[in-house]
Amino acid sequence: MVSVRGDWTMTGILSLTTFLPMAGVAAILLLKVLGQSGERADNAARWIALVTTLATFALSVLLVVRFDPSNPGFQFVEEIPWFAGLSYRMGVDGISVLFVLLTAFLLPICIIASWKSVEKRVLEYMVAFLVLEVLVIGVFCALDLILFYLFFEAGLVPMFLIIGIWGGKNRVYAAFKFFLYTLLGSVLMLAAILTMIGVAGTSSIPELMTHKFAGWLQPWLWIAFFASFAVKMPMWPVHTWLPDAHVEAPTAGSVILAGILLKMGGYGFMRFSIPMFPHASDMFAPLVFALSAVAIVYTSLVAFRQTDIKKLIAYSSVAHMGFVTMGIFSGNAAGEQGAIFQMLSHGVISGALFLCVGVVYDRMHTREIAFYGGLVNRMPWYAATFMLFTMGNVGLPGTSGFVGEILTMTGVYQASTWTAFVSATGVILSAMYALTLYRRVVFGEMTNPALAQITDLDRREVLIFAPLVISTLYLGFQPDVVFNITGASVDALVGAWRAALAG
Amino acid sequence: MENLVTLLVFAPLVGAVVAGLFGRRIGNVPSQAVTTGLLLLACGLSWYTFSQWTWGHMEAFTVRLAPFINIGDFQSAWSIRIDALSSTMLVVVTTVSALVHLYSWGYMAEDDSKPRFFAYLSLFTFAMLALVTAADFMQLFFGWEGVGLASYLLIGFWFRKPSANAASIKAFVVNRVGDFGFALGIMTCFWAFGTIEFAELFPQIAASAGKTWEFLGRDWPLVDLACALLFVGAMGKSAQFFLHTWLPDAMEGPTPVSALIHAATMVTAGVYMVCLLSPMFEYAPVAKQIVTLIGAVTALFAATVGLAQNDIKRVIAYSTCSQLGYMFFAAGVGAYEAAMFHLFTHAFFKALLFLGAGSVIHGMHHEQDMRRMGNLWKYLPFTYAVMTIGTIAITGMGVPGLFGFAGFYSKDTIIEAAFAAGQHSGYGLFAFVIGVFAAGLTAFYSWRLAFMTFHGTAKWGHDAHHADDHAHAHDAHAAHDDHAHDDHGHGHDHTPHESPLVMLIPLAVLAVGAIAAGFVFVEYFVGHHENEFWRGAIFTAAGNHVLHEAHNVPTWVKWAPLVVSTLGLLAAAWVYLVKEGMGARIAAQRGPLWTFLYNKWFFDELYDATFVRGARALGDLFWKGGDQKLIDGLGPDGVAAVSRAVGARTGRLQTGYVYHYAFVMLLGVAGLLTYALYQWSR
Repeated sequence: MVSVRGDWTMTGILSLTTFLPMAGVAAILLLKVLGQSGERADNAARWIALVTTLATFALSVLLVVRFDPSNPGFQFVEEIPWFAGLSYRMGVDGISVLFVLLTAFLLPICIIASWKSVEKRVLEYMVAFLVLEVLVIGVFCALDLILFYLFFEAGLVPMFLIIGIWGGKNRVYAAFKFFLYTLLGSVLMLAAILTMIGVAGTSSIPELMTHKFAGWLQPWLWIAFFASFAVKMPMWPVHTWLPDAHVEAPTAGSVILAGILLKMGGYGFMRFSIPMFPHASDMFAPLVFALSAVAIVYTSLVAFRQTDIKKLIAYSSVAHMGFVTMGIFSGNAAGEQGAIFQMLSHGVISGALFLCVGVVYDRMHTREIAFYGGLVNRMPWYAATFMLFTMGNVGLPGTSGFVGEILTMTGVYQASTWTAFVSATGVILSAMYALTLYRRVVFGEMTNPALAQITDLDRREVLIFAPLVISTLYLGFQPDVVFNITGASVDALVGAWRAALAG
Repeated sequence: MENLVTLLVFAPLVGAVVAGLFGRRIGNVPSQAVTTGLLLLACGLSWYTFSQWTWGHMEAFTVRLAPFINIGDFQSAWSIRIDALSSTMLVVVTTVSALVHLYSWGYMAEDDSKPRFFAYLSLFTFAMLALVTAADFMQLFFGWEGVGLASYLLIGFWFRKPSANAASIKAFVVNRVGDFGFALGIMTCFWAFGTIEFAELFPQIAASAGKTWEFLGRDWPLVDLACALLFVGAMGKSAQFFLHTWLPDAMEGPTPVSALIHAATMVTAGVYMVCLLSPMFEYAPVAKQIVTLIGAVTALFAATVGLAQNDIKRVIAYSTCSQLGYMFFAAGVGAYEAAMFHLFTHAFFKALLFLGAGSVIHGMHHEQDMRRMGNLWKYLPFTYAVMTIGTIAITGMGVPGLFGFAGFYSKDTIIEAAFAAGQHSGYGLFAFVIGVFAAGLTAFYSWRLAFMTFHGTAKWGHDAHHADDHAHAHDAHAAHDDHAHDDHGHGHDHTPHESPLVMLIPLAVLAVGAIAAGFVFVEYFVGHHENEFWRGAIFTAAGNHVLHEAHNVPTWVKWAPLVVSTLGLLAAAWVYLVKEGMGARIAAQRGPLWTFLYNKWFFDELYDATFVRGARALGDLFWKGGDQKLIDGLGPDGVAAVSRAVGARTGRLQTGYVYHYAFVMLLGVAGLLTYALYQWSR
């Protein structure tokens, strides 16, 4: 394990980044304890949340700037022994560091997006988001199995609350479905974690990555982890919780769900499944390819038939995650890099698309596609923004969406030309559903009189979209900024996998 | 030189950004001025580059601007590749684009979102320049889809019109079908040769001839497979048989767009790609046969459909489709130079025909149905003159060995090359026969268009001589005018009128091109200076002498196109001039052949019944059957039904699940810790 220890200024940076939002939580709770309520307290909570998330974002930027891209190992490692051999271990490598950045980047946007649309229980809402940020960043930084499990599972609690309290009409059903799916995966993963610690005698992730698990055991452990990560991604056929969860979640909840929570599954595959169970990963790769290819075609076709804007985008998310899973198991640098890039890019683009839905939902309180039409007549800037992200969604070159798709397809081509062939039809289908959606909502005559007074993006909304627009285009034209950071770690991952299969 | 070409490529982008983002603020005229001005600049620079290439001593070079995607062997960069192919394309693209910008000042004068229109035009031009100057597959693909985006935006420019919206989606999706093959072709190249850069890829091809490659569980000849997949992309972009259905519908866009994108430049990208990849296609005999076959079938198919159409723009669209077919079978038989030459000349006369048609439509107050035209030569004399020039050019009129208009030189070279190739292969012969036959059809539909529009009796009013009696014309007009943009301000006067000067100047320039482009450049593209001109940009294998042989074909081959074209002209004159009304009577009989052609061989109906309906049905099946019944029914809903019974009793389901969950998780952690402690304490 390699770590940077010389730079004392960065000591504890990961813990600081992870737990900084707790300061905001404390401040908001203080408001509550002091008995503050009403509009002023709500506003104070909003500002506290915004400042905290912005500070966290600044720290994460610092983290990435100081990150040494030539070092494939874990950096900024912190290790504090707890008791009985358990340790608090944190650290990031090229695979995880950008997810920390993505999380910290999206959170302030979520806070601003909720500025006006959330009016009930604002304090609790902000606390939920801040806690969520702690737990999600923790997932990407944890270098200890138990710590990881804590963050990974606990992160769902605030998400349940966000859907369950601030969600739409059918929120109970949605949250319940979410819960059932996740529970199944969690139980199995927990059993696997227990076994791994028992067999390897350590819960340190870096040590487990070099531990050679017995050939007969690997498939069982792999399946257990797969159960959890596949639900998270989500992969076909355990994806049906996602459209419901999205439809019911408030806008910012959808942004986090699609933008970050789904990536925990993909991250898990790269952190655990491949390095720890290389033989099982190789054995099950065809299964993953098949499920991914099915997901891409199946959910794209389902998306094509949706009547609810959010549901359509949710289904398209499942299809896009299909590219990620097949890229991860392709076993070459192009596929893995493409998968990471696709996750980051999807975080930005799908987040932005859900925000686009939020814009019209805030105004009209419906997500029925048929209700809209002709928005471009009154909302030209909205139309332009939505167009950009629609193009990102269909993977147009020049947007970040393209890079991930072409690389994951290229990667999987080496492993299975059939998978590349079937998944490539996804580029046709995505154009079909995304452009049809755009046409129905934005183009045409404005026939619904209810829309006659709808207003274009206001300043707050422009502020939300500006960083997302810039990211989508910048990553689309200069994707190397990502590959330079992820490169060394991905090469190490691929190299270790090949070595394990050869040896 | 490097700075000049960089400026050249980015000038249209600057215009697009300025007009697109600030158009509303700076106003119409500044937006138009900045885009048009920058395009004229780019055009000047292109001609300078081209002249340096053709007559100067410039060598091929590549400007590397910035890295794009770099992962291991997957190396691509933003770059500007200048050689014979790209400098030819630069000239074609920027010239037509600059003229179309200018023309649009007049044509779009009544439109209420001019900055947006000019921004799209300039954006398109930038994407097209990125395409033709690409040095690797990634940038080529970027330009490829970039022009697709611009095309989508411009076809759907009048976004209030449902038919325009449908057409724009159709164009994008059908092009995506092509890109599907294109992308797989790129992947095949990457894994087979370990590079996606042309300069590294091409030298490796010769050594790979005869190798096989496993794809979809079968072994294929490697180079053939790669070329065939890449050609699928070309078929989509260049509207070849099977993937042609979007092009006629694309005529929903404003006419300047049709001239620029759907005639002169974007649709020729596929031909350009095949010529660019000549170092690969030369080692792919089967792929070349496919190209020949598809090209020839398209040339014939589109020409037949063009016979029966009544919309002036659709006739020209099918004509474009057909001419692209000519270019492809030229490339397919190995005469890439001839394909590029026809691309070059076609850009001038086809843009001329489209803009001329636009002038007619403009003069006719947005009437596009030729059955409601006639006798317009009196009212639009200038348009009539240039359209006639364009028609002569496209039909390839000219005396072998003496002089002809642009199309004469390029099309005859293609037909001769096909004949030469036909001496060795059946595919060449097939292409030759179709090429000659389709030349007759081309003459027929082109002159039919000219006669129906400009000659015969006027069908656009009760009486063409009484300008004040326009009640009927108005009705006819209103019924057909569903354009989103407002009627012309000419309001009361419905007499056809000649277009303003700003529209006529581009027509005049293109007319010069349609006359002279063949005569001036024939020696460089396919004649004596051919080798010095291309300087390796087009590769021909050692055994490929098709272009040389094309110059030595029997005399009857040289004269055949002229004879057939003249027959086409005479037939059209007979049906539409001498026996005027005969065409209408044939159509009125609704004969089977006419019905088949009028309905475009029923492709739209076939695709709608299979792919469109199929996708809808499958989507519904997967959604309602798969997701809702099967997965949810067996999974969460089944479990939920059980728990609901429990939940109803406790009555606190709403918050209960969170606690349940947290409880289970804590239980898990507790168990885990206990277990770990137990393990280590042993």
